[in-house]
Amino acid sequence: MSQKPTQPNASRRDFLKAAGLTGAVFALGCTTNDVHASPVLNLSALPESVELTPYILIEKSGKITIMNPRPEIGQGTFQSIPALIAEELNISLDKVTIRQTGGETKFGDMWSQAVGGSGSVRGGYLPMRKVGASAREMLIKAASDQWNVPVAECTAENATVIHKPSGKKLSYGELAGTAAKLPVPKEPKLKDPAQFTILGKPMPRPDVPLKVTGQAMFGIDSRVPNMVYASIERSPILGSKLSGFDAAQALKIKGVKQAVKVERVVGKNRYEGVAIIADNYWAALQGRKALKVTWDHQGHDTFNTANFEKQLRDLAKSEGVIGHNTGDFDKSFAESPNQLEAFYETPMLSHSTMEPMNALAHYQTDGKVTLWLSTQGGDLARQEVAKVLAIPVDDVTVHVQFNGGGFGRRITQDFASEAATLSKTIGKPVKVIWTREDDTQLGPFRPMTFSAMRGALSADGKAVALQHKVIAPSIDATMNETYDKTKPDGTMLEGTNEQKYDIPNLNTRYVHADIHIPLTYWRSVTSSTLAFAHECFLDEMAHKAGQDPMAFRLAMLTNGSDTKRVLEKLKEVSGWDKPLPAGKGRGVAQWDFFAGLAGQVVEVSKTKDGGISVDKVYCVIDLGTVVNPDTVKAQVEGSVAMALTAALKDGITFENGQAVQANFDKNRMLRINEMPEVEVHILAEGGPTIKGVGEPGLPPLAPALANAVFAATGKRIRRLPFDLEKV
Amino acid sequence: MASFKLTINNQPHTVDVEPTMPLLWAIRDVVGLTGTKFGCGIAQCGACTVHLDGNPIRSCSYPVSAAAGHKITTIEGISKNADHPVQKAWVEHQVPQCGYCQSGQIMSAVALLKQTPKPTDADIDTAMQGNICRCGTYNRVRAAIHTASGEMASLPKSTPKVGKR
Repeated sequence: MSQKPTQPNASRRDFLKAAGLTGAVFALGCTTNDVHASPVLNLSALPESVELTPYILIEKSGKITIMNPRPEIGQGTFQSIPALIAEELNISLDKVTIRQTGGETKFGDMWSQAVGGSGSVRGGYLPMRKVGASAREMLIKAASDQWNVPVAECTAENATVIHKPSGKKLSYGELAGTAAKLPVPKEPKLKDPAQFTILGKPMPRPDVPLKVTGQAMFGIDSRVPNMVYASIERSPILGSKLSGFDAAQALKIKGVKQAVKVERVVGKNRYEGVAIIADNYWAALQGRKALKVTWDHQGHDTFNTANFEKQLRDLAKSEGVIGHNTGDFDKSFAESPNQLEAFYETPMLSHSTMEPMNALAHYQTDGKVTLWLSTQGGDLARQEVAKVLAIPVDDVTVHVQFNGGGFGRRITQDFASEAATLSKTIGKPVKVIWTREDDTQLGPFRPMTFSAMRGALSADGKAVALQHKVIAPSIDATMNETYDKTKPDGTMLEGTNEQKYDIPNLNTRYVHADIHIPLTYWRSVTSSTLAFAHECFLDEMAHKAGQDPMAFRLAMLTNGSDTKRVLEKLKEVSGWDKPLPAGKGRGVAQWDFFAGLAGQVVEVSKTKDGGISVDKVYCVIDLGTVVNPDTVKAQVEGSVAMALTAALKDGITFENGQAVQANFDKNRMLRINEMPEVEVHILAEGGPTIKGVGEPGLPPLAPALANAVFAATGKRIRRLPFDLEKV
Repeated sequence: MASFKLTINNQPHTVDVEPTMPLLWAIRDVVGLTGTKFGCGIAQCGACTVHLDGNPIRSCSYPVSAAAGHKITTIEGISKNADHPVQKAWVEHQVPQCGYCQSGQIMSAVALLKQTPKPTDADIDTAMQGNICRCGTYNRVRAAIHTASGEMASLPKSTPKVGKR
């Protein structure tokens, strides 16, 4: 890493200053040099070495502050990450102040302070525990030195070190000063999980009391003195160029101060806009309404979803680029007495976080910029703002607030760099708030994927060949100039070759479709669409083979695997073998991908008026090790709700170059009356493997639902979204 | 511009704004109470729900001029010590995830329980349908409302006035 070697004390001073803490405070620095040796760090790009990681501050008064490097977007990191430290430090989380880091380099390299890919807990599980254990050992050593007794006779509990034989006690606050001067243990002894008092237990989240009283500060709630507000007119026809604007009427509106051009950068894409600056947000909105703007649409005003879908269907005839190949699909398929083909389609989607995109940016006269953000990565924001403004990363300060939802949208930092650019232009601190319409129509969006499926069964009804050809635009291609269409695009084939079924001839292909609309990660990324095609098609194969879909899957899981355990558990908890009354049906699906593994059974019934109701969802999520089971349940419940919206609601479609859906009236979301009962089962036997939590509950829902609809009605759903009232 | 007298959480405020400014922005930008959230601006999501004389309204679509002279309650005003039965039930069930919609959810729930102390699931569906939660906390919202209902039923109908002893 590029961090300059600094004296520990200097670094600590900087840190204390940054944290706004004064007085007798001591930061315990701990090495995490060995993080790469950890088996759980397959996802997070944690640093090779961290010279000093001041995650723990202990004041003389005994007050303890733990720094949380992973932004809270609803997934529970405000509890689960500090809990890893607190457990090893033998302190209770309710006695601790938790502070959010802001992407400062002293906490690690890029992505170590970002949230995405269901990676926070599995990335931090050992490193954060080691931070806490090192601090505990240093505090014990400090006490044993002071008492002149062996370390082995001292224990640490409830923020106190105790010498059992003599009954002497010293609080962490009293010890912190001397402890901080001790060398940091290289290999601190971690607690035996059997001794855990926090980890693995359903613990309350410290952010919840703040969120039931209106006290939690989200990015949109930030304010600084002399701040102005901005609303930005950008063309909903993405790719348009600004021909000109007339702000005369806008400037007549009371409170409107200024109208200026501003640029939004989204990966390789640059979009012009006109910002209306005002005393308050309402005035900015009124000014924006009165603004006259002319756009050169660059031909993008003819783009529409119906034509693009036709193009994807035509492209399905192309060979594409091979992603994965086992055996000989063509031969096996040709020789099979029992062949199937099906075509599956899914839509583009908006993320629609409840808190619309926004940013408060203050570009100061010294050329440095400070931002208050709802962002999925303080480190990502600092880097992007520095890049767009062409200033050093060290000149960007970010205060990460609670995020009103993320779902992948807040990995892209366009909202931050745009506000920073605007603040530089106008020379004032400015809060830019996107309208819901901006947030819905301007992307980046989840890509649509179409899947051409082909499969073959042996004479005895076993799946012997499977081909999954994905026809879709590419996230990477819409963001990066360097995209190479001749190479397999792993993201667009995500998970298609990771399922554990014994299918001897497996072939996956990707056919690239160009699009000018920016695309990005959406909770569970491409698995959110490809699992639908893949697991519905397996259901089709099961029915073609005349077999029960659960039994068909289990028969293909001849080797011991986590998938097999998940399906067996699911079969048990869902009562799969108990027949359902007429008019009801159940469907099963599972998905194993980079974020983790889960399986679901969905139960549906036919309603009196010819529709379908979703009655219950059983979910088994495989984790290995669990940190907070209640958070896991909440994440799975939420994944089900989000997946149901994706399967059943509007999605994003384009006409005349712009998204038809702009607000929640046309871009409808699941509501409370549509939420089924959800029963969550966690497989967590312990051990070295930790799987993700935030995303795996999502991909199995749509296929399990569609498979259930087939079981209840005999109708096969091959296109999302679909209408439950008109199956 | 015009001057409006607002009573928010029993505190008087005078705001000097356009009459058409939605109450939401007067509460957030002018008065400075940020617990009430902006979600959609068209009364579709419920994040901005506050009470006007005890009834839930969508403050993003309610002009400040129409709110003047009425008793406005925001999330900051439903209890002094975060001890409203609905808030306690929300903590007990660990309802919020990202939390952004929860001020509105709670304001709708408080209004529901005032109107219907023992709501059925159908009552909850009707009263809470206007509040979108993208994190999917709906089942916990439902469970927490039932819990709060139970707790409120066990409380005296109205808090007895405590005289000086």
